[in-house]
Amino acid sequence: MRRLSWFNVTSLTLGFAFLYLPMVILVIYSFNASKLVTVWAGFSTKWYGELLQNQAFLDAAWVTLKVGVAASTLATVLGTMAALVLVRAGRFPGRTLFSGMIYAPLVMPEVITGLSLLLLFISLGVDRGVFTIILAHTTFAMCYVSVVVSSRLVTFDQSLEEAALDLGCSPFSAFRLVTLPIIAPAVISGWLLAFTLSLDDLVIASFTAGPSATTLPIKIFSAVRLGVSPEINALCTIMISIVAVGVIGTSLATKRAAQRQKRDEQAAARAAG
Amino acid sequence: MRKFSLVSVPYFWLLILFLVPFLIVLKISLSDTALAIPPYTPTLDLSEGWAGFKAFWSELDFENFVFLTEDALYWKAYLSSLQIAAISTTLALLVGFPIAYGMAQAPDEWRPTLMMLVILPFWTSFLIRVYSWIGILSTEGFLNQFLLWLGVIDTPLIIMNTKIAVYIGIVYTYLPFMILPIYSALEKLDGSLLEAAEDLGCTRTKAFWLITIPLSRPGIIAGCFLVFIPALGEFVIPSLLGGSETLMIGKVLWEEFFNNRDWPVASAVAVVLLAILIIPIILFQRNEQKQREAGK
Repeated sequence: MRRLSWFNVTSLTLGFAFLYLPMVILVIYSFNASKLVTVWAGFSTKWYGELLQNQAFLDAAWVTLKVGVAASTLATVLGTMAALVLVRAGRFPGRTLFSGMIYAPLVMPEVITGLSLLLLFISLGVDRGVFTIILAHTTFAMCYVSVVVSSRLVTFDQSLEEAALDLGCSPFSAFRLVTLPIIAPAVISGWLLAFTLSLDDLVIASFTAGPSATTLPIKIFSAVRLGVSPEINALCTIMISIVAVGVIGTSLATKRAAQRQKRDEQAAARAAG
Repeated sequence: MRKFSLVSVPYFWLLILFLVPFLIVLKISLSDTALAIPPYTPTLDLSEGWAGFKAFWSELDFENFVFLTEDALYWKAYLSSLQIAAISTTLALLVGFPIAYGMAQAPDEWRPTLMMLVILPFWTSFLIRVYSWIGILSTEGFLNQFLLWLGVIDTPLIIMNTKIAVYIGIVYTYLPFMILPIYSALEKLDGSLLEAAEDLGCTRTKAFWLITIPLSRPGIIAGCFLVFIPALGEFVIPSLLGGSETLMIGKVLWEEFFNNRDWPVASAVAVVLLAILIIPIILFQRNEQKQREAGK
């Protein structure tokens, strides 16, 4: 077994301290009694209480959640379709343009995506609000979903689906009964990725929101411009904990599922042998 | 028929919500600013048929692009974005490489945990990660308090609202993008090559420069582009940490649109930014392509 040199230990320790210390400080100081964010004045949860009283933040959180669920669900459906097209459909007219449009949004600066969608909505005369944010988020999130799902589809053994078709399955039920369960982990992580991207987005939402809808990032951004506040620290702490629980929970669940599958396969191999 | 419906739904979605919007930006960048709603001319009037289209076409010109070259603000903003993105990418490489290297050297059973520790910040809100640095870097912030307490400095350092704060912000938020490709290149590295080099009389340092660095180069290149490309058009980091002094093109575009309400100039800024971005994007694609071919 290899041993880590002191250089490696130091660089890992410093590196992870750099990655995590800012967020740890933020979490600790959300429990600070003082209004001055950098001066510790004892433990308190009062900022959480004030946060729950703040109707503007609660409304923004609700809008963000609605947009996130709607956009990531739509993006997952469209992105999975796009992945099937990219991996399975073979040649069709405009294929290069299609794959270009899938990959371009991944590298497009958010300010340009936001600006271009805003100009589209204005020239079509669409009223901006929750609906337009959902359209905008779906569009860029579906590209991420299709990348995640197509990387799983590439390794998928297509003969399984062909066998189902030979045994009399309709194409749709072959997809539902064979393909979908196998690519399901990729589809689920695609949904989660789309959801986090939507929750996180400030720039595109600011362009496409219009005056009637405010999402949480827009709200946080306008509050943060005035400086650090303990209430925002509390809000950030809540968001960080949700993400941490979600990500760690999902990865433990997938690990356990993988172990179970391995056990089943071993049991099957023993039974067969 | 089934294939047609499968292809057409995502195809038309992207055509309408990605390609058409971009063509609109292109069109408006060639239009003139006007005090009207929407604030530009000409607008395409389809009811006049072919004559309307011809009138529309003849009024388009490159005036806004000429304007961008004449006003020093714009080319300074482009140059300063390129400079900030380049410096931040270099710093991210200097910070990220040792971490990726340490991860690749770590015992196998640690690696999934280390990987998760690198990915976890990526799932956390970008805005929160940038925000967390305001409390650290400001004049009364934690960094200054700590350094004053240590006695290293007598007067607080001014980091907030300078380019240094922007560098820190970019390195911090994009570090996982640098670490992951380098780590995946280093992980595949065959350790027996290093042993062979040492057997043949190479020192460890020399073996590192002659073997480890060249073999991890695709990962290093990929990591650099993954930091450089998004950093170039960055808006949130310069506007929260950079203050009014730091010019970045993403911020200029935002202000041109929201504060000055000059849509044609904002669109022209966007078109030029994209033209600049095409070069690193093509280089990145080529690097990925080469890696895929090498993997086969």
